[in-house]
Amino acid sequence: MSLPQTTPLNAFHRQHGGRMVDFAGWDMPVQYRSILEEHKAVRARCGLFDVSHMGEADVKGPEALKFLQHLVTNDCSKLFPGRVLYTVMCYPHGGVVDDLLVYMRGEGDYLLCINAGNIAKDITWMQEQAKGYNCTVTDRSPDYAQLAIQGPTAAALVQTLTKTALTEVKYYHFTNGEVAGVRCIISRTGYTGEDGVELYCASGDGVRLAEAVVAAGGPFGLELTGLGARDSLRLEAGFPLYGHEITELITPITAGLGWVVKFDKGPFIGSDVLQAEKEKGSAQKIVFFKTGDRRIVRAETPVLNAAGHPVGRIVSGTLSPILNEAIGSALVDAAVVKEPLCVDIRGTKLNLQLVKPPFVPLKKN
Amino acid sequence: MSNVPAELRYAKSHEWLKVAADGTATIGITDYAQNSLGDITFVQVPKVGTALKAGETFGVVESVKAASDVYAPVAGTVLEVNPALDANPEKVNQSPYGDGWMLKLKLANPAEAAALLSPADYAKLTA
Repeated sequence: MSLPQTTPLNAFHRQHGGRMVDFAGWDMPVQYRSILEEHKAVRARCGLFDVSHMGEADVKGPEALKFLQHLVTNDCSKLFPGRVLYTVMCYPHGGVVDDLLVYMRGEGDYLLCINAGNIAKDITWMQEQAKGYNCTVTDRSPDYAQLAIQGPTAAALVQTLTKTALTEVKYYHFTNGEVAGVRCIISRTGYTGEDGVELYCASGDGVRLAEAVVAAGGPFGLELTGLGARDSLRLEAGFPLYGHEITELITPITAGLGWVVKFDKGPFIGSDVLQAEKEKGSAQKIVFFKTGDRRIVRAETPVLNAAGHPVGRIVSGTLSPILNEAIGSALVDAAVVKEPLCVDIRGTKLNLQLVKPPFVPLKKN
Repeated sequence: MSNVPAELRYAKSHEWLKVAADGTATIGITDYAQNSLGDITFVQVPKVGTALKAGETFGVVESVKAASDVYAPVAGTVLEVNPALDANPEKVNQSPYGDGWMLKLKLANPAEAAALLSPADYAKLTA
């Protein structure tokens, strides 16, 4: 028997009325009050998410950069201390092991942030690939709590708790500092498409930090926000979620993440297969859509062409609380992306209107 | 604790029924049901005039999490559906026994309603 894992904030969630569910083996709040209201709060004001379930790994050593350049698709040589990079790492066949953030702390000293459901798999994979490189990969996941404060008022809220000038830390940059007396990595990143910060602190400090953010949150309209809103916010922003838009079988090129695949940096795991896919064109494509209807188009629903033949499947679907209509993403045959596509939801045919995300205007700094 | 009004009858499948003196009844889903589903985003109800058998699916209540069938607790013919739910399905969350009602039936057999759960029994079921 394996019980769900808990973050340092588990009791905090229960005290604050979090509705707990199993997510990728973690006991996490899907919502506190209402997924729709929490979503809207992040677009209008700000929300506090516990993302301590996310994994962290240290990559350290003289050949850490050389190893990362081999491991991931994006170009880590562009990093400098204080800079963050979004990337994926692939299998030799081009499918995705995981998507991740790479933080450069210093020469030969990197921190990776990986998906909760992939921690064991990723660590094994990375340690295997690191053989022959003069560097080490260490799982640090249990050592960190991670809080995301996201939304247009998020930075102003956190600014009341820290001497670090947050306006000096640009999007996809980070610094070390103290927030509410807690030592943190202050990262100007997020998964909502809004301005905000992600704070990494020692696991034992997580509750103290969360309580301080809540205590300071009133004037900023802070809402406690769960994984339900996190998913609808990321989909509305057009961000991929591992297991949906990217998987072991869906390459970054297929997923529209060609911008994180840098062939000019030299060979890396999967580069020859991805290069061939880019040159010949993908057999399938991830597309984003809206329907003009409130019925949610859920993952695994078949996508049909005008003749009613299946040409793909839905990989993510939700109701956009901002647009008030169903939005989602689908994996479809590349040949049909210019044709009319539809889905059948309980006997009602709904046309998919393909959209280049984000679905709503975003206000990233 | 969820709200279980004393004047209603209940189905195990979490619908409520309010019988009027004229042999009609109003149907909706319970407070317990709306709370379990979370934010309701879409409600599909039958057309006026549809004849429903007891236990038959009459529609779908969809939340962010899932789509769930709803069942007619008793047999009858649909007299009226709540026109507000099309644009404002969240009324089911806000007022499951009031503005969030789903349909009105002309009962085929008013005696059927007596066989439904009492408020006390439904409260026990959802305790």
